[in-house]
Amino acid sequence: MYTNDFVRRMQSPGGERRRGRSMHIDIPLLLTLIVLCLGGLMVLYSASGQSAFYVKRQAFFMLAGFVAMILVAQFPVRFWERYAILFYGIGLLSLVLVLFFGVGAKGAQRWLDLGFTRLQPSELMKVAVPLMISAYLGKRPIPPSFNHIAVTLLLIALPVFLIVEQPDLGTSILIFAAGFFVLFLAGLRKRYLIGTFLLALAAIPSLWFFVMRDYQKQRVLTLLSPEDDKLGAGWNIIQSTTAIGSGGLNGKGWTMGTQSQLNFLPESHTDFIIAVLAEEFGLIGVLTLCTAYLLLIGRCMVIALNSQSQFGRLIAGSLSLTFFIYVFVNMSMVSGILPVVGVPLPLISYGGTAIVTLFLGFGILMAISTEPKRIRIDL
Amino acid sequence: MIHDAAFSDPARERRVFAGRLFITCFVATILTTVVLFRYFDLQIKRHQDFATHSDNNRVHVRPAAPSRGLIYDRNGELLADNRPSYSLSIIRERSEDLDDLLTEISALIEISDEDIKRFQKRLTRRKPYERTPLKFNLSEQERGVLAVNGYRLEGAEVSARLTRFYPQQKLFAHVIGYVGRINERESQQIDPVAYSGTDSIGKIGLEKFYEDQLLGTVGTEHVETNARGRVMRILENVSPKPGTKLTMHLDSKLQQVAHQAFEDERGALVAIDIKTGGILSMVSAPSYDPNLFVSGISQKDYNQLLNSPDRPLFDRAIRGQYPPGSTIKPLFGLIGLHSETIDLDYSIEDPGYFFMEGIERPWRDHNSKRGGHGSGVDLAKAIIESCDVFFYKMSVKTGIDLLSSYSKVFSLGLKTGIDMPSERTGIMPSREWKQGARQEAWFNGDTINVSIGQGFMLATPLQLAVMSARIASRGKMLQPQLVKAINDVPTAPIELDAPMEIKDEYWDYVHRAMRDVVHSPRGTARGISNGLDYEIAGKTGTAQVISISAEEEYDSSKIDKSQWDHALFVAFAPVDDPQIAVGLIVENGEHGSSAAAPIARMVIDEYMKSNTEARQLVSGGN
Repeated sequence: MYTNDFVRRMQSPGGERRRGRSMHIDIPLLLTLIVLCLGGLMVLYSASGQSAFYVKRQAFFMLAGFVAMILVAQFPVRFWERYAILFYGIGLLSLVLVLFFGVGAKGAQRWLDLGFTRLQPSELMKVAVPLMISAYLGKRPIPPSFNHIAVTLLLIALPVFLIVEQPDLGTSILIFAAGFFVLFLAGLRKRYLIGTFLLALAAIPSLWFFVMRDYQKQRVLTLLSPEDDKLGAGWNIIQSTTAIGSGGLNGKGWTMGTQSQLNFLPESHTDFIIAVLAEEFGLIGVLTLCTAYLLLIGRCMVIALNSQSQFGRLIAGSLSLTFFIYVFVNMSMVSGILPVVGVPLPLISYGGTAIVTLFLGFGILMAISTEPKRIRIDL
Repeated sequence: MIHDAAFSDPARERRVFAGRLFITCFVATILTTVVLFRYFDLQIKRHQDFATHSDNNRVHVRPAAPSRGLIYDRNGELLADNRPSYSLSIIRERSEDLDDLLTEISALIEISDEDIKRFQKRLTRRKPYERTPLKFNLSEQERGVLAVNGYRLEGAEVSARLTRFYPQQKLFAHVIGYVGRINERESQQIDPVAYSGTDSIGKIGLEKFYEDQLLGTVGTEHVETNARGRVMRILENVSPKPGTKLTMHLDSKLQQVAHQAFEDERGALVAIDIKTGGILSMVSAPSYDPNLFVSGISQKDYNQLLNSPDRPLFDRAIRGQYPPGSTIKPLFGLIGLHSETIDLDYSIEDPGYFFMEGIERPWRDHNSKRGGHGSGVDLAKAIIESCDVFFYKMSVKTGIDLLSSYSKVFSLGLKTGIDMPSERTGIMPSREWKQGARQEAWFNGDTINVSIGQGFMLATPLQLAVMSARIASRGKMLQPQLVKAINDVPTAPIELDAPMEIKDEYWDYVHRAMRDVVHSPRGTARGISNGLDYEIAGKTGTAQVISISAEEEYDSSKIDKSQWDHALFVAFAPVDDPQIAVGLIVENGEHGSSAAAPIARMVIDEYMKSNTEARQLVSGGN
């Protein structure tokens, strides 16, 4: 398999890897991230209508993210395991605060105004929730018992419930997924797995009638037949698929995409940025991006496999899978396979908190990858 | 379960984890394949369809700019108009080589370095395929040259749009203000949709105050474009709604007379319609041409206006704060009578100076060269001859508290509430004011200075006019207003409060005294009474610019003109049925009687002339 090949290459010890280890930097991870960020800035420049403003801001957040990542990586893995509950608690508290004192736009209340900056606690929970669950299950025997599963589900349900209330269905689903991945990687038994699956199926009608808002339902209906609503919600899908399709194999060239440059494409610098890339760089561009993503995810999985502790394995595995889900959901919704839920394309879409959160996660991965070896167990 | 209770088993944990990760990798591979197949399907298999669709994707919504509301004076004379103006813009995406194009254009018409500099700046802020203006106000000849050579200038476009034009030029610059291009700070505050078709905004004056009404509502144009964004035809229109039409109380003719009356002097004049509170004329001299600002003033012109010692950009009428001098004497006399500190029989002996108990330094009477105004100086004489010592004495009896609180009723020290931005309050000093501003207690000496409109006291020409109107109308509390009608619907006069309850005999007395300022042989403004066929009531004033010690004599021949006293005058007319009130100042004009009063006479004359003409016309028609 293609991934296995990659795994072997990454595992072979090299000089630069040892040098990186002492500074708690995982060189392959760092290089892939730099490549993705630079490519992202290039696409963003075109997608924002050649605006230096957005590119500068985004570059600033990326730099801040890199610094945060390196800082996080300096703390030992056991630190993150021990204080996971603290971060989780702070995150939960700020979610409660958002409900009462939050500020927001378009009917959703998502931000806390700290005076000097705005914080979106739900973003931080994307890291805090899997961290908490990994710390909890990492100390418990496998496979998780019924009681442990119940506690885990409660730990997931609390923030998910608070975020659904904001309302932000997309983020709450992603956080649920991040938590559930930990359970799954910890060896959740098959009968529970099947049970969950059936439960989810049964939950869909109640989700439709009690949780989802009208505009969210509209998005699902739009997905099924975009042509019915050409100028309303269907507009986005029609325009983004047109942008992607008209890109062809080679694309129209950088900053030459008519769909995005003539403002037919909505949200072109945020959630729909992949359509700009597909229009201007064609299928070759899309495949290049996917390769970079797969290299990144592959490296993260290798880190997970080589981790010394169960906690490290679980958190690293969960973070890499969540990252994959972001990419998958975003690329699917823009190309019209999934309904439009506000999921940005990681490292490419414009957005401050999201970028910093991603880098915090990569920081933990670096801490795990550069942890001093205690015992080497060969499989 | 037995193995649940077992101690941790690292090897097993690792094995289970690896298994699970393998399953997820398997699922992820399937999902990735699905997504990539979707992109393959869209980009390779159905590429042709989408490419065609994208080429035909040409219906575009464009904003259609509303025309800005017109502004008229009370007689239907146009004060702010919209005129088509042609500008040359460049669509960068459509020009092959920008530098080549610019060289080509500068060979045809004159493009200054400043034009280029500003163009480059705008270029960084534009949206793709947006027109970026290079030069405004193209002459007919320039348009011709560009039209003939148009085929060579791919990417350049001459477009017409309505721009603001002020036909009266410098006459109404300060009142009407002007519009200018939206700057970066403003663009963050405005509603981007409402301004999507507009690139200018009211910067000062009425244009700023009534911005929301004047702007109008943006329309939309559905236009068909080809794949490169060039407009092929207009498909559908939602017409923009033009902005509100404003009619002013202002009278162009009166404004012109007032403006000319100032000649080369600096100063300001405000004339108010006493019955409605409407502003008939508002002049700040010297003035400037507001048309310069509409499509961006050149740095050279701007520096010239900014650095001129006469400060033409400064609106003296509502932002200039001057010591009101003796013009406030009638008001303070009224306050003395109303508060019963003095009565109509109260009189003093004036030796030409005044000593306060416990203070060695005397207060001089500025308006008599030798020996003072003599004995038997009552309030009327003190107003007519402008005797300072009378007011020194009276004010000490009345006290600052009464003077201050009643003066505020006559708009001193408060904003008048006129419909213009950035009006200033002036200062009507009081104990609290001094404590707050200077952290000092109030002294009787301060009261004495205030009693002749000096000391800490400051007022704007607008406030003086409003004070004069409220005295003339026997305390009617009307708010000064510029707008007479909005879209031809008249705006009602705004009455701020119930009229001041002051005895009629006091009003009569003060009106009579003010009339005698002009019409009696000893009045300080007797110079303007020649040939009057109606009666003016007034009061002169002189405001010190530099302080003169008690022993020194003020001698204008010895000092620079920029330090000469300011000349002031307040007036209303006709005395029996007051219609117009005026407040004015001539900076460094020396004497209210010689510099300021004649200007008021010219303005009031013009008002009386046109109004009696109008009345005769009406009665003749019957």
